[in-house]
Amino acid sequence: MTRVVDTAGLDEIVRLLRAAGRTVIAPTVRDGTIVPAEIESGAELPIGWTEDQNGGYYRLAATDTPERFAFSSPSDSWKRYLHPPRTLLVRTRSTEAGIDVELPDPSAPSVALFGVRSCDLAAMHVLDQVFLDDAATDPGYAARRADAFIVAAGCAHPGNTCFCASMQTGPTPNAGYDLAVAELYDNGQHRFLIDSGSDRGANLLAEVDSRPATEADTAAAAAAHDNAVQHMGRTLSPSDPPAAAAHTDHPRWDDVAERCLACGNCTMVCPTCFCSSTQDSSGLIPGEAERWRVWDSCFTADFSSVHGGPVRSTTRSRYRQWLLHKLVTWHDQFGMSGCVGCGRCITACPVGIDLTAEIAALARSGSESGEAPNTTNATVT
Amino acid sequence: MIDRKPSLAVWKFASCDGCQLTLLDCEDELLAVAEQIDIAYFLEATRATVEGPYDVSLVEGSITTAGDMERIKEVRRQSRFLITIGACATSGGIQALRNFGDVEELMRIVYATPSFLSTLDTSTPISDHVPVDFELRGCPIDRNQLLEVISAYLAGRKPAIGEHSVCIECKQRHNTCVMVSHGTPCLGPVTHAGCGALCPTFHRGCYGCFGPAEQANVKSMSGALAQLGVSPDEIQRLFHTFNAWSEEFRNPPVQVAAPTRKTP
Repeated sequence: MTRVVDTAGLDEIVRLLRAAGRTVIAPTVRDGTIVPAEIESGAELPIGWTEDQNGGYYRLAATDTPERFAFSSPSDSWKRYLHPPRTLLVRTRSTEAGIDVELPDPSAPSVALFGVRSCDLAAMHVLDQVFLDDAATDPGYAARRADAFIVAAGCAHPGNTCFCASMQTGPTPNAGYDLAVAELYDNGQHRFLIDSGSDRGANLLAEVDSRPATEADTAAAAAAHDNAVQHMGRTLSPSDPPAAAAHTDHPRWDDVAERCLACGNCTMVCPTCFCSSTQDSSGLIPGEAERWRVWDSCFTADFSSVHGGPVRSTTRSRYRQWLLHKLVTWHDQFGMSGCVGCGRCITACPVGIDLTAEIAALARSGSESGEAPNTTNATVT
Repeated sequence: MIDRKPSLAVWKFASCDGCQLTLLDCEDELLAVAEQIDIAYFLEATRATVEGPYDVSLVEGSITTAGDMERIKEVRRQSRFLITIGACATSGGIQALRNFGDVEELMRIVYATPSFLSTLDTSTPISDHVPVDFELRGCPIDRNQLLEVISAYLAGRKPAIGEHSVCIECKQRHNTCVMVSHGTPCLGPVTHAGCGALCPTFHRGCYGCFGPAEQANVKSMSGALAQLGVSPDEIQRLFHTFNAWSEEFRNPPVQVAAPTRKTP
């Protein structure tokens, strides 16, 4: 049953989560962007802020409303709170008796992820396929994921780089949350429709002053959803990725490689890019060593280095690998798209490379480019 | 592994001493370093020296005189493993700006009695003169990277020092991108990691003191800087600092058209 709270009710949810010992991570304004970071009260939400995003461009902009969620999605994804940039895997020490092995405690500080957009919820579901696989469950991720209390927030303000409607991951969350919030601000009336998606969500909601949603409330939320679908800044046709994948030797890949800086920003901000490298280190104390897992990027040479050098030695081959994995072969590997349409890779690219434009160009241009049919589809350049 | 403690020598060529100071700046770890390795020759720290050969040499500075051209060959002969430290030793340093001008003219401008000087026309990296086993980047080098290289040497393993961009470190630190979000010119996308994205962490653009990252796309980077309104002169100046003579930064294509951003 959908309930309705006012701004005090929303703040009360933040307070109750903190009172339960959780660190509340929510969108908040920091250094000229909206990022997911710890807040101490609902007053630290990005009240009255929205943003202007485009290829390689992000600027905060003031709204003239008290809305909390008038932006599209935070500039950085939530993945660091489930899959941290650096994780200690093991510490060893040589002793006379052998080797002492110290495994880190997989439990993490209890968090609430507050204000998660539907695209980012979908991204967490994608990461689950990677880290919660029965054959190789990641204990740290599993502990963090099971514990994290998730407050989703429907998106009524998609940005210029958004295309969740194309990827069918948004803009309204429908599963994978403890509570889901839809902010409504019309005719000076400010309210939040809240649904619970779990027992712990329902229990928390029961502690907050609320009233049942009226038909007018739910109709307004449905209208906001429809409006958001109509205002996606980007689109990606579902038939384009497989069509693009048929052109692995297309000159467009050379064109994008000329622009691509191979800096790795797209993979760092992508909410589903999960790749990491494992680094062994020995310090100055003899016999002591540590093994760390560190975020890595398929745009680095080290990433595909084997004996003799990197498998993918050119930026062209790395961009192609990233794009086609994300949009095409991810389906073969995990049974879903690796792209959720959040658009962060477009905004974060210093030269504004737009995957939706690249895929569309590749899908459309196949036969007219005069390229030879691809007969060696295992070629790596 | 070697049974006795390996010996370490630190050498200075044309440089400011900042990279050598990074070794002294290790403070907390310096005793641990000294327990594992004999600091046999380090004039910055002590006039007491032990004769070579040495197991490891750290070489700071660039080659700017005929005498140094010979001295580096002797250092190489005395060193089993030679590590260059810092931008001067790896790319010629800030003093390599002379390579773009007329040294005679520069001497007349700067010195009252230029005839006292004996210098080469160029400032060049150590690797132009002798084989180098490992290059540690930065102006100055990062102390943690220095400790990593020494630790890796002691363990007989490869140092875990990535050649990727500063951006990867910057995003790992959860920094806001100063280029995308503030419009600040930043060389992070084409600059070698290692500093932990120090300048962007303090809301400054990266000025490239670690030199070019692997496969630095300077042409596209120059286009992105032009798009931010940076003039061709300023783009050249951005690349022409501590690593001006690195192959990638030497001739940035400053007259490139700004890239077209496809917006619907």
